Amino acid sequence: MSELRNLTIAGAADALAKGETSSVELTDAFIAAIEANRNLNAFITETPEVARERAKASDERRAKGAAASPMDGVPIAMKDLFCTEGVRTTAASHILENFVPTYESTVSGNLRDAGAVMLGKANLDEFAMGSSNITSYYGPVKSPWTRKGANVDLVPGGSSGGSATAVSGGLAIAATGTDTGGSIRQPASFTGIVGMKPTYGRCSRWGIVAFASSLDQAGPLTKTVEDAAIMLQAMAGHDPKDSTSLPFELPDFRAACTGDIKGMKIGIPKEYTLDGMPADIKALWDQGVKWLEAAGAETREVSLPHTKYALPTYYIVAPAEASSNLARYDGVRYGLRVEGETLDEMYELTRAAGFGAEVQRRVLIGAYVLSAGYYDAYYVKAQKVRSLIFKDFSDAFADVDALLTPTAPSAAFALGEKMDDPIAMYLNDVFTVPASLAGLPAISVPAGLDGDGLPLGLQLIAGVCQEEKLFRVASALEAAAGFTARPGGA
Amino acid sequence: MSLTKDDVQKIAFLARIRAPEERLEALAQELNGIIGWVEQLAEVNTDAVEPMTSVVDIASPMRDDVVTDGAILDKVTANAPDPHGPFYAVPKVVE
Amino acid sequence: MAYLIQGETGDWEVVIGLEVHAQAVTEAKLFSGASAAFGGEPNTHVSLVDAAMPGMLPVINKKCVEQAVRTGLGLRAKINRRSVFERKNYFYADLPQGYQISQFLYPIVGEGTVTLDLEDGSSRDVGIERLHLEQDAGKSMHDQDPSRSMIDLNRAGVALMEIVSKPDMRSPEEAGAYLRKLRSILRYLGTCDGNMEQGSMRADVNVSVRKKGETDLRTRVEIKNVNSVRFVMQAIEHEAERQVEVWEEGGEVRQETRLFDPNKGETRPMRTKEFAHDYRYFPDPDLLPLVLDEKFVAEIEASLPELPDAKRARLIEELGLSAYDAGVIVADRETATYFETAAKGRDAKTVANWLTTNLFGALNKRGFGINESPVSAAHLGELVGLIENDTISGKIAKDVFEAMLESGKSPAVIVEEKGLKQITDTGAIEAIVDQVIAANPGQADDVRGGNDKAIGWFVGQVMKATQGKANPGQVNALLKKKLLG
Ligand SMILES: [Mg+2]
Ligand SMILES: [Zn+2]
Repeated sequence: MSELRNLTIAGAADALAKGETSSVELTDAFIAAIEANRNLNAFITETPEVARERAKASDERRAKGAAASPMDGVPIAMKDLFCTEGVRTTAASHILENFVPTYESTVSGNLRDAGAVMLGKANLDEFAMGSSNITSYYGPVKSPWTRKGANVDLVPGGSSGGSATAVSGGLAIAATGTDTGGSIRQPASFTGIVGMKPTYGRCSRWGIVAFASSLDQAGPLTKTVEDAAIMLQAMAGHDPKDSTSLPFELPDFRAACTGDIKGMKIGIPKEYTLDGMPADIKALWDQGVKWLEAAGAETREVSLPHTKYALPTYYIVAPAEASSNLARYDGVRYGLRVEGETLDEMYELTRAAGFGAEVQRRVLIGAYVLSAGYYDAYYVKAQKVRSLIFKDFSDAFADVDALLTPTAPSAAFALGEKMDDPIAMYLNDVFTVPASLAGLPAISVPAGLDGDGLPLGLQLIAGVCQEEKLFRVASALEAAAGFTARPGGA
Repeated sequence: MSLTKDDVQKIAFLARIRAPEERLEALAQELNGIIGWVEQLAEVNTDAVEPMTSVVDIASPMRDDVVTDGAILDKVTANAPDPHGPFYAVPKVVE
Repeated sequence: MAYLIQGETGDWEVVIGLEVHAQAVTEAKLFSGASAAFGGEPNTHVSLVDAAMPGMLPVINKKCVEQAVRTGLGLRAKINRRSVFERKNYFYADLPQGYQISQFLYPIVGEGTVTLDLEDGSSRDVGIERLHLEQDAGKSMHDQDPSRSMIDLNRAGVALMEIVSKPDMRSPEEAGAYLRKLRSILRYLGTCDGNMEQGSMRADVNVSVRKKGETDLRTRVEIKNVNSVRFVMQAIEHEAERQVEVWEEGGEVRQETRLFDPNKGETRPMRTKEFAHDYRYFPDPDLLPLVLDEKFVAEIEASLPELPDAKRARLIEELGLSAYDAGVIVADRETATYFETAAKGRDAKTVANWLTTNLFGALNKRGFGINESPVSAAHLGELVGLIENDTISGKIAKDVFEAMLESGKSPAVIVEEKGLKQITDTGAIEAIVDQVIAANPGQADDVRGGNDKAIGWFVGQVMKATQGKANPGQVNALLKKKLLG
């Protein structure tokens, strides 16, 4: 059983093709694992029936020699931000506790059509607002990892914390995530797996509960870089239902995972060196540079002058969009309603009861920065700085093929740490937010362990639609790092 | 600049989130903390910089003028908390 | 002459601007594939996008963009090749998204002009400030349940063109003329059916007053959703008088939104908390800026029909119609088409006369519109033709016309059936003339004695003897010849 749980997508596809296992057997193994690890709280809704049904259908397709894709029969976790037809979709919020979509998001639909088997809806921060998965109405997710010799519960990062725990804890072969400011890459780094955010517009946003429309992008959380390529291939593609969807043919991502980076130029952004950055992280970053050089790449320092303004920019733009995107949760057409004497009272009571503290905080900030008299000073200003951040990257990519940075400024922290101070929490995304603001593809590759034996990831960032370059460098980094550590917790 | 309890009250109503009187002070402090922090953007010179409108540089797609949707009453009302026949219902609105 | 309100303290001038919401003629909604048709069973013209389900996204309907550009060109306005959709954020029961997708800083159409044709035959230009595209809201119904309002989203997301005028109007009449002219232009263009009863055209009226001679504008009041030309004119009258009273009693007119109650004939403030309005516009991140290329606009421009002003000018200059007739005829597209069909190959002025006096008279009596006319345009043309080629006299034509109204038959058929064909055969007329002269020797002598007036009496006798079918000209000539040699 447990070796089944360690399979990668590529490995599973292989075993299924050779008939060494069946999707049903594979699926049952993961259903059992999920039941045995409910203490991790990785799932908000488990869907064993759906899973078994799809697994059976997959095995039947395969028997007819009609396997749909390398994902066919592969059990995955679906972040509970993707609307799934007939399966409750909560966005980890009380306000959507009983919401059962009558439609399937484009991305989850693409995966279903590729044959992937949905095991359940993975836990996350409420409306994907968080970096530690502690804001979920359905309780925090625990990381399967623990510090050496200590057994304090650690956060898996967020917002895709359930997805990260599911994959690293062997509760799913892979998982979907969404990334608005780092919500795929940071939890991947915290849990020792690969997390990839493609170029904005590669994956359709249709049917994904919106947080910040100009930033939200779906992507895979997997055990390997190759798996990320395979899964992204199934998730991505042009969708006429999303006006911001890129109308381009997809390259063959898996074919790009060659690890051949001879002659490629890798930039090391000097502004990503923070004072007070943990020594382990600085050391791993330097090591990463050496690995890439050893693999034949040329590295050079580059400058992204507006990096320090990325976080404050993000914390104006994202809440502004969120405050508007979340206005539809008003207790009228779906979701929680708390009755009131008047329409306004019904709205106020419903939203006060339905949204958690962090969501309320961001909605209020968003309403404020858009309000009369402050719009120019905050929102417009932030969008201008965002243009400068975008330009920083464009200038850099005139000289280099990709950038190498740490993924997060720290390893996973304990549940309860940093919870009192929102800004301290926001700082988790300091290295991931810039690429989000610029809509660039970026990937976190597990590269080492810190002194406490906790995983640390390195991030690679490439230019618009340069996913192939990203996969080339990422596979080289992965090979050099040879990260094999597994959590003891699961 | 710094938000007062009244400002918070006003914003909370704009956002239709009931903020109990006793929470206002704390909320004002939280929000001021964040607003104070983001105000560092004022340092950045953005003269002659266009605000970013969209990260993708593609032309807006347009749909053809054909009726391809609707007639799905069951689907649009399936999750309604207070359905009245084919309608959504809300506390009586007086205008 | 100017419209002024006599107050205690002197004369007051009224300043009026209109914001007209015109529903674009399209099959589907502005951002979804649901039907934009009026009516329908509750919530059946609603897609997941219109119901603002989680994760739903807008994709713009090309036809809506074309209709907006077409309208802009018809208003002789600047077409903005780049425009931006923004979110207007507010909570209301009939606004599912919690925001209306509209255009704010960058509308699709800029400044233009509408020329009013006023009663006294003079004309006057009213400036257009802008035209932008936006979503309509749904409908709340309050009378079905004691404690609840019912929400129907069929209209939610239907494409509206908001056409904003400059504050260039100075009287209720001008406001009425503006609405009628705008409606006429939209209908010629086929971009809005102009149906105010069904709400496909609604007006928000901005009214302020100022002392005669003042150059600055005083505080304006917006009267929302007035749904007929008559009500718009009444609302302006009442609101202007109210404001004059407020000012003259030393008060201040409050900037507010009011509603017009046609029954009470007064405006009253809306109950919504004005202070709470802060729409927090920002560019909709779900949509890209709308960029139109040269070709897109040029193709629409090439397809524009002749518009009322141009048609009116042509009817006057080329067909010699009176300014009045031309105005009446072009006012609505159907009438203009009817006229042009009827006048093909006939004397335009005669046709215009029959149309504006005889046909309109008859239709009004029956309460019919031009489209319900029992007399087709072709038949009216034929009738004029029969007069022109002396088949019937103008007098007989009137009887034929009455018969056409009754039966809808063609004039030729009626003339045939009733044997109304004019007698032009000189021999036949001469015989009758001889009879009449022979039968009235006294009157004949009278004429010969020099009283030519009496000739008229003979003409009458001959016409009577022929039931009016004889050609009066010929009769006259024959009588002269026979009596006066
Ligand atoms: Mg308006
Ligand atoms: Zn409007």
